[in-house]
Amino acid sequence: MGISAVWWREFKVFWREKSRILASFVQPMMWLFLFGSGVGASLSVGSINYRDYIYPGILTMSVIFGSVFFGLYVIWDRKLDVLKAVLVAPVTRISIFFGKVLGGCTDVIMQVAILFMFSFLFPSVNPWGIPQALLILMVTSIALVAVGLSLGSLMESLEGFQVISAFVVFPLFFLSGALFPVDERLPRWLGGLVKFNPLSYTVDGVRGALLGVANAPFYVNLLVITVFAAVMLSIGCILFSRMK
Amino acid sequence: MAIIQTRNLTKTFGKIQAVRGIDLDIEKGEIFGLLGPNGAGKTTTIGMLCTTVRPTSGRGAIAGFDIARQPTQVRRNVGIVFQDPTLDTILTGRENLQLHARLYGIPSSVRKNLIEQMLELVDLKGRADDLTKTYSGGMRRRLELARGLLHRPAVLFLDEPTLGLDPQTRARTWEYIRKMAAKEQTTVMLTTHYMEEAQAVCDRIGIIDAGRIIALDTPANLIDSLGGDIVEVNAPRPPLETIKDLPYVSSVKMNEDALEISMKSAHLHLAEVLSIIPDVVSVQMRKPTLNDVFIKLTGRDIREDAEENDGGWVEAAARFNQRGR
Repeated sequence: MGISAVWWREFKVFWREKSRILASFVQPMMWLFLFGSGVGASLSVGSINYRDYIYPGILTMSVIFGSVFFGLYVIWDRKLDVLKAVLVAPVTRISIFFGKVLGGCTDVIMQVAILFMFSFLFPSVNPWGIPQALLILMVTSIALVAVGLSLGSLMESLEGFQVISAFVVFPLFFLSGALFPVDERLPRWLGGLVKFNPLSYTVDGVRGALLGVANAPFYVNLLVITVFAAVMLSIGCILFSRMK
Repeated sequence: MAIIQTRNLTKTFGKIQAVRGIDLDIEKGEIFGLLGPNGAGKTTTIGMLCTTVRPTSGRGAIAGFDIARQPTQVRRNVGIVFQDPTLDTILTGRENLQLHARLYGIPSSVRKNLIEQMLELVDLKGRADDLTKTYSGGMRRRLELARGLLHRPAVLFLDEPTLGLDPQTRARTWEYIRKMAAKEQTTVMLTTHYMEEAQAVCDRIGIIDAGRIIALDTPANLIDSLGGDIVEVNAPRPPLETIKDLPYVSSVKMNEDALEISMKSAHLHLAEVLSIIPDVVSVQMRKPTLNDVFIKLTGRDIREDAEENDGGWVEAAARFNQRGR
């Protein structure tokens, strides 16, 4: 009951703000065509053009930014007392939390779906791998909305937003191997950090599904990110229940 | 059994005793006003009755459900209009009600009709599909009232429902509150700073100060307890003792510049009183109000605290308007 109500609300809001949908589409496209084509002009990874090579990474980037920031918006909801009316309803905190998680995941996956519609622009991408890629991206999104909600429930104001952006979101992105191949050529410290980042397994999984190049089998990647999601959901449940 | 019942309801925040043992019995259909200055414990009391604040000790029940042990049933039976606006401004008026209906598990078969009825009751049908951020303060309050009553609660809590509204809108908001409470047979518990409004709307009033109920009765009885009318006489040397001994005078108080006499039927006895006071400069006679009751009981004017709270509301309203995403 609470889950579907909150989910419904997030969905309404998502549709209402069409400019946000457009923005969420334009930014990855700029990465792919302005950055990817530029670097791709003089660089490819194996036989894959650089622009195509970072397509899975940019999908993951959309999921990282979209999910974490969606979760962090709970600060704004609280500041404006919008959540107050929801929190006195006869539904549990946990169902509100899961409603938010599903709402965020739905938003993000719809953004990703738009990016998938343009996958024909990337010749190396195998369209049959899209369902697999969607699956792992969905689990990743669930994990990261939970991260955003957890951080949001701890923070009093949006002033911490920049800090989260600098110390959580960007490191998660840069250390996921979204923009470069993860192999023995990486400096050891960097390779170590990348392996420690759960999002690296998302990038690897999507890359395997769409480009056929991966370090680990798909099920391993999916398992790692599922465990990560389970841990984050548990932490999120606890923090959200305690939130004032 | 009373629809709202509390026994020794208490809340302490650290060392601060916000609510110190409140006993209430409020009957079905009653409009009950909780009056008191800022920090008296009004909002905390309502918070405990709505199960958002956990009581430190004591008991409370709404419609027979215990606030500590059966919070979900209690929540189903209460509607709340908060002091600060809590509408979802990215949603339209109708969508706000739809969200509420879903959260309270109102079956989809009756949802649509119920929402239409409520919109009509608060005269918002024409604006139902506009985003609530385009609503005026009075419209927002009305929609919040409709939302609070949508799930047909046994009790509706209104925390300062007219704070920050202009006088005309305030009067209309009270009209809606009365109309809706009567139609739905809802018990209403409200807090307000506006004494005249409480006097006009409430069946009974509890005056709360420093976490305790210090008086509880109908507005008429509370006012009668002051001992009749108030006569203020400005004179240089009033014979205090002689006036006090008059049979119809209930109390005499010397203020900075005037003598304040409480007496029964002032219109009959005023001439006699004035005849024994030499050199009268000016006289004023008035019916006492709830504010006089409050001053007598606490020694303070409730309005001294009201100003800063109004500021808080304006600030909240400004935040409300900034909403975007």
